[in-house]
Amino acid sequence: MSQTKDALRVPGPDKIPLALIPVIALAALPLIPSLPTWVTLTVAGLAMGMMIFIMASGLTLVFGLMDVMNFAHGAFITIGAFVATSVLLPLAGWTQTDSLWMNLAALLPAILAAMAVTGALGLAFERVIIKPVYGQHLKQILITMGGLIVAEQSIHVIWGPDIIALSKPATLRGSFIFGDIAIEKYRVLAVIVGLAVFAAMFLVLNRTRVGLLIRAGVEDSEMVESLGYRIRRVFIGVFTAGSALAGLGGVMWALYQETVNSAMGMQVMILIFIVIIIGGLGSVGGCFIGALLVGLVANYVGFLAPKIALGSNILLMVLILLWRPQGLYPVAKR
Amino acid sequence: MIRQLLSGDYPRSRALTVVLLLILAGLALAPFVFPGTRSLDVAAKVCVFILLVASYDLLLGYTGIVSFAHTMFFGIGAYGIAIAASRLGPTWGSLALGSLAALVCSALLSLLIGILSLRVKTIFFAMITLAVATFFAILASQLSGFTGGEDGLTYKLPELLLPGTKLFETPLFGVEINGKIVSYYVVFFGAAMLFLALLRVVNSPFGRVLQAIRENDFRAEAIGYRSVIYRSVANCVAALAASAAGILYALWLRYAGPDTTLSFDIMVDILLIVVIGGMGTMYGAVVGATLFVIAQNYLQDLMKLASDAAVGIPLLPNLVHPDRWLLWLGILFILSVYRFPAGIVGKLRAGK
Amino acid sequence: MSNLLALAGVNTHIGHYHILQGVDFVVPHGGLTVLLGRNGAGKTTCLRTIMGLWKASAGRIDFDGADISSRSTPAVAQLGIGYVPESMGIFAGLTVRENLTLAAREGPIDTRRLDWMFGFLPALKKFWHLPAGHLSGGQKQMLAIARAIIEPRKLLLVDEPTKGLAPSIIAHMVEAFRELKRTDTTILLVEQNFDFARALGDTVAVMDSGRIVHSGSMRELADDEAQQQKLLGLSLDAHQ
Ligand SMILES: Nc1ncnc2c1ncn2[C@@H]1O[C@H](COP(=O)(O)OP(=O)(O)O)[C@@H](O)[C@H]1O
Ligand SMILES: [Mg+2]
Repeated sequence: MSQTKDALRVPGPDKIPLALIPVIALAALPLIPSLPTWVTLTVAGLAMGMMIFIMASGLTLVFGLMDVMNFAHGAFITIGAFVATSVLLPLAGWTQTDSLWMNLAALLPAILAAMAVTGALGLAFERVIIKPVYGQHLKQILITMGGLIVAEQSIHVIWGPDIIALSKPATLRGSFIFGDIAIEKYRVLAVIVGLAVFAAMFLVLNRTRVGLLIRAGVEDSEMVESLGYRIRRVFIGVFTAGSALAGLGGVMWALYQETVNSAMGMQVMILIFIVIIIGGLGSVGGCFIGALLVGLVANYVGFLAPKIALGSNILLMVLILLWRPQGLYPVAKR
Repeated sequence: MIRQLLSGDYPRSRALTVVLLLILAGLALAPFVFPGTRSLDVAAKVCVFILLVASYDLLLGYTGIVSFAHTMFFGIGAYGIAIAASRLGPTWGSLALGSLAALVCSALLSLLIGILSLRVKTIFFAMITLAVATFFAILASQLSGFTGGEDGLTYKLPELLLPGTKLFETPLFGVEINGKIVSYYVVFFGAAMLFLALLRVVNSPFGRVLQAIRENDFRAEAIGYRSVIYRSVANCVAALAASAAGILYALWLRYAGPDTTLSFDIMVDILLIVVIGGMGTMYGAVVGATLFVIAQNYLQDLMKLASDAAVGIPLLPNLVHPDRWLLWLGILFILSVYRFPAGIVGKLRAGK
Repeated sequence: MSNLLALAGVNTHIGHYHILQGVDFVVPHGGLTVLLGRNGAGKTTCLRTIMGLWKASAGRIDFDGADISSRSTPAVAQLGIGYVPESMGIFAGLTVRENLTLAAREGPIDTRRLDWMFGFLPALKKFWHLPAGHLSGGQKQMLAIARAIIEPRKLLLVDEPTKGLAPSIIAHMVEAFRELKRTDTTILLVEQNFDFARALGDTVAVMDSGRIVHSGSMRELADDEAQQQKLLGLSLDAHQ
């Protein structure tokens, strides 16, 4: 009898990985000389993590669904940034006034254009480049690498090889000040957008039928097909949405750094890969936590020992893989 | 004799045989038929890249794994020589020590990566190696006290290998035999011997097991080959050969830096060469590396002419700009993967 | 009696390997057909080929009057075929309810049908909100079967449902299948457990090395000890 009772107790989701975020943040506190600095770094880390999450989330789902890893994903990030730049630069008058509404009137179309272009490119990329090599991992890696080369070069052809400066809209510059503590407005915005994307994804995945299909497909796409669903359609949708999110992330990243260049996507890709591996390939929740961890560690270590900032993330990845070889939230694969 | 050298793996095509013989003759006689600093540089780079790409073919073409850490091992070889020569002085002993240290380091690192991640999927391995290689490149540029950072290291070599050293009083066939030419032949024979060694590896029973694993992991595992062990060993052999290529390159350049060995651009070059040349053929590395390095050095001049001529037409000057040649190679690369996976060598063999 | 499913000269290659080498057998309407054979004979491959998970390189697979050998897996399933794979294919991260909701393609789960299923698969009701990964092996098997029949299906393909189960649970499984046989669902059951097969089967086909080596009625085979020995050898006894 007691046995049945145990079995009936529904185990909650594994919370240990989630706890890592406050643990790391608190562990950094004594190392950092002042509280305001710590707050600034923590917010910066969370903001960076959110942006990485936006860029990485689609990629991890795509992998989960079809075992496809798109090495050209970084190109979508870059393209999103360039498309937004092409919209924002002519509208400089609107972005550089002090009116929030004027700023948004420039920013929203820029973001929408970026997402539309990268989403459409993603769709085309899936149909033309990836579809012929489904299930052939080796060719798939090669083909998406080829896609990356061609995309990067095309960016050079269209936008030229130079780094373009892109300043933040006027109302998003500067900081909120609380006593000694200054928090950059743009970082707050990044956190809000990141949380919104995460919440939307969470709702879709857990409250809708398509979400159910995606979650099942990530575990065992063959079984989903055996139940009579065309998983490829779902996959195409996710691929397109993931590419559009890469575009959104690219815009946010570009405004954060206030420059755009053709190599930016590839630079972030390394972080994205680390995040996906840490989170557990295919897991959106893991990707979210992984992204925040990477953002925080990058900022703390970047402050304490700038030389090893990227190395610290690799180290984080290795440590987590030693602890959980499949990442924080291993996806139950057949 | 030839059979022995090639381990019984012949070009199997008249056209390919002719091409290979031309390349061999061109490289063997380069100092005499293509005198001049730039052309000798190109020839030496061809030799090094043949070895580098062939070792990558062992992984990609024969074992079926994609690694993005190949330039890391290439770099370890080059930095081994560079650090030893600049710290311990330009003696043969320090070069030997540097090479040995580099090879040991590569072997350990490749085995470690192999054991940690070859159990998992091809894709995971590719991602991990990409992250590790990037980390390594950043490490090399950050530890500037040791590696010279972004600037890299310039160093002296033993007297015999220096351009100022004259071996004979009189020129041979009109070419002065100096240390540079000795270095060239060190590179040439080193690369040739190691290439033949790799050819032997892929045609050995070990190489056949690798191909069996590539074809069907499920079956190979069921038959009882421990595929992880086989793949780890292949990974290690490839890493050692890449380091050897790095050693030769460092001997030739008397310089080692991130741009010549560790950069991701070189990794991309290797991928392009191996796929366009022909995966899983070994000879693809020879043909591909030769064409690529020559094109890299001379084709771009042509593109510049075309680009200058097209000034005024929208986008076109950009499309044929010399820096854009990767665009065309990328397209060729994608077509190769789809249409002719055995690359140029496959085409030549099909045409006989 | 007409045949719901008929395989004729079906060949399947996996990579370079020629696994099914001309498989011929029929599954009559309404009954339970058992596909027997030792390990590695090709039974699983056979079911996967019917489902379109492997593509047949030659031969016909006629289901309900049409050749389905070149259809995609979802298309095959939509014709009314439920599949319980050897690995069960449970979605471990989804709850029992979610597993079944997904399987009910046509819309919300029919509660009358669900109550009927709870009758012979009681574990489902008890663990309704539990992630399926936490179920025991037998319970997972029940869920896998429930998932395949959550809506009425014409044909049910079940791959070794008794694999790794304790005898008491197998007895329960026999009862569950008896209940299913009372409906008009046709069943193709892959088995190595001869007692289980004998208890349920109407017709039988025996496979070896990618071919059908015997087919006929179950009663005949059950009565003919010599034939059993010849076809199934010791491997089946050893399995029990
Ligand atoms: N993915 C695969 N790759 C190669 N061979 C396979 C694969 N799956 C099954 N086989 C082979 O096909 C044969 C039949 O297997 P299977 O259909 O699983 O047999 P059964 O279900 O009767 O035990 C076996 O020899 C097995 O080794
Ligand atoms: Mg089986």
